[in-house]
Amino acid sequence: MKEEFKVISKFIEEKSRVLDVGCGDGILMEYLLKNKVVDVRGLEISKEKVKKCLSKGLAVIEGDAENDLKQFPDLSFDIVILSQTLQAFMSPENVIENLLRVGKKVIVTIPNFGHWKVRLDLLLKGEMPVTKNLPYQWYNTPNLHMCTIQDFYNFCNNKRVNIYKSISLNGEKISNITTSNLKYKNLISELGIFLLEK
Amino acid sequence: MSNLNEMKNIIIEKTLKLDCGKEISNFPLAYETYGNLNEKKDNAILIFHALTGDQYASGINPITKKEGWWNYAVGPGKSFDTDKFFVICANVIGGCMGSYGPGTIDPLTNKPIGTNFPVITINDMVNAQYNLLDYLKIEKLFAVAGGSMGGMQVLQFVSNFPNKAKVALPIACTASHSAQNIAFNELGRQAIMSDSNWKEGLYDEKSTNPDKGLAVARMAAHITYLSKQGLQEKFGRNLQERSDLKFGFDADFQIESYLRYQGSVFVDRFDANSYLYITRAMDYFDLTKQYGGNLSKAFKDTKTKFFIISFTSDWLYPTSENKDIVIALNAIGADVGFVEIKTDKGHDSFLLDVPDFLSTIKNYLNTTYSNINERRI
Repeated sequence: MKEEFKVISKFIEEKSRVLDVGCGDGILMEYLLKNKVVDVRGLEISKEKVKKCLSKGLAVIEGDAENDLKQFPDLSFDIVILSQTLQAFMSPENVIENLLRVGKKVIVTIPNFGHWKVRLDLLLKGEMPVTKNLPYQWYNTPNLHMCTIQDFYNFCNNKRVNIYKSISLNGEKISNITTSNLKYKNLISELGIFLLEK
Repeated sequence: MSNLNEMKNIIIEKTLKLDCGKEISNFPLAYETYGNLNEKKDNAILIFHALTGDQYASGINPITKKEGWWNYAVGPGKSFDTDKFFVICANVIGGCMGSYGPGTIDPLTNKPIGTNFPVITINDMVNAQYNLLDYLKIEKLFAVAGGSMGGMQVLQFVSNFPNKAKVALPIACTASHSAQNIAFNELGRQAIMSDSNWKEGLYDEKSTNPDKGLAVARMAAHITYLSKQGLQEKFGRNLQERSDLKFGFDADFQIESYLRYQGSVFVDRFDANSYLYITRAMDYFDLTKQYGGNLSKAFKDTKTKFFIISFTSDWLYPTSENKDIVIALNAIGADVGFVEIKTDKGHDSFLLDVPDFLSTIKNYLNTTYSNINERRI
């Protein structure tokens, strides 16, 4: 997902303080450190992945976004990133609220459940969709709360969260999502990338 | 004790004002070093030992002839790679391996100082060791590290001397000694003080020592260093060299025999009064209180990179207490890494062969050292 990182990186100004929530192996953190002058921290739930990050000298703490975001003071980061993790939380609503508290700006990326292949799978086969981006079966998926780009738009509107920018990613194709092309982008995007502000 | 002559030590002439109000000067601090200080003098790591440790972290301890207490972690190619880093370790004041302590002979009486030794704190220990850096002409340390009481010294050191170390590794420790830990320490002290040989601490080392009390103290403490699961797996209800119970109070079970052994070997290498003084120092440790109830203030404006490690089965210095330090550091935006290592070896994990723990430290230190150097160019 190099394109995703490129888009995220463009959203981040030099010398920003960045928190990567659910930073995994720290690949995005490394990408940012390599390509930008940033101060970047990570939060990750998997011990194995935290050890990998620390072995690379990255400032990552083991923790769970639903409980451990609390310890960060209000607006203590310029940017907080949540890459393809929102759907795995018990309460995405609370997590978003906390991200917006901790970060001046928040980048959220979501695998789009509104993509035509997903819709077609359910329509034609009558089975829960299994795709490249969503490779799990219904019974073993960590994704508790899947949503579409449209759903996320609606959510932000309801919560009065300002979508500063929104980008569609379809394969390697990067394009803007606007209110006029939203229905179409919701059909063809594999990934939605949103820059949010409170 | 013929090797005592080979022991490295400095005499600290400068007066050190202790937390108890007393002042000490012209006192010895014994230390050992491993590896070489490079030309840039940027590869020094100061390691702090735990309650019963000493300056001999690596290799063979010349006094006890046993492996150094952190031999798994310190040495060529190990976590603290002595091919690369210059590792320094001093015996804490109050200790009994050459540094100023209750066992030091008072020249006036020609007897050990005993309980006339002042009560010392973690702060005093750290301040005394700072002199060693001046002596070795090290302006900035690459890292400070330690587990348990060693971790407390790490925290105290970085708060006393901000930015003197680029990296801090407090392991399996706490910023504030808990009631449970004070309770266990008190149990150990009572065991020593109720031994009739203790004589208010004025026993003469050459004749009879309160060995029984010290052994019991060690046995009790040793249990707290292990986990229930670890004990169960290692010993279970296995019997000690017998096929059945003997209906007596001899060591029927392997665990009993093991603890008795741990107690008996401990008294050969440790002074009972040192045990009292050092456990007291741990009990008095409350960095949070020192900074008016706000631990974050202890690390104000710090530029040090922190890496905090706890262990899943450590119930003496549990993850929650280690995490409190992480939280205090995050509250001020400090550079902090944290991981809880999965192991059933209890608090002792930091001293043992726990590959995940050892390799993570090794990689962290090596990468961080080269990152810092690259940025400098």
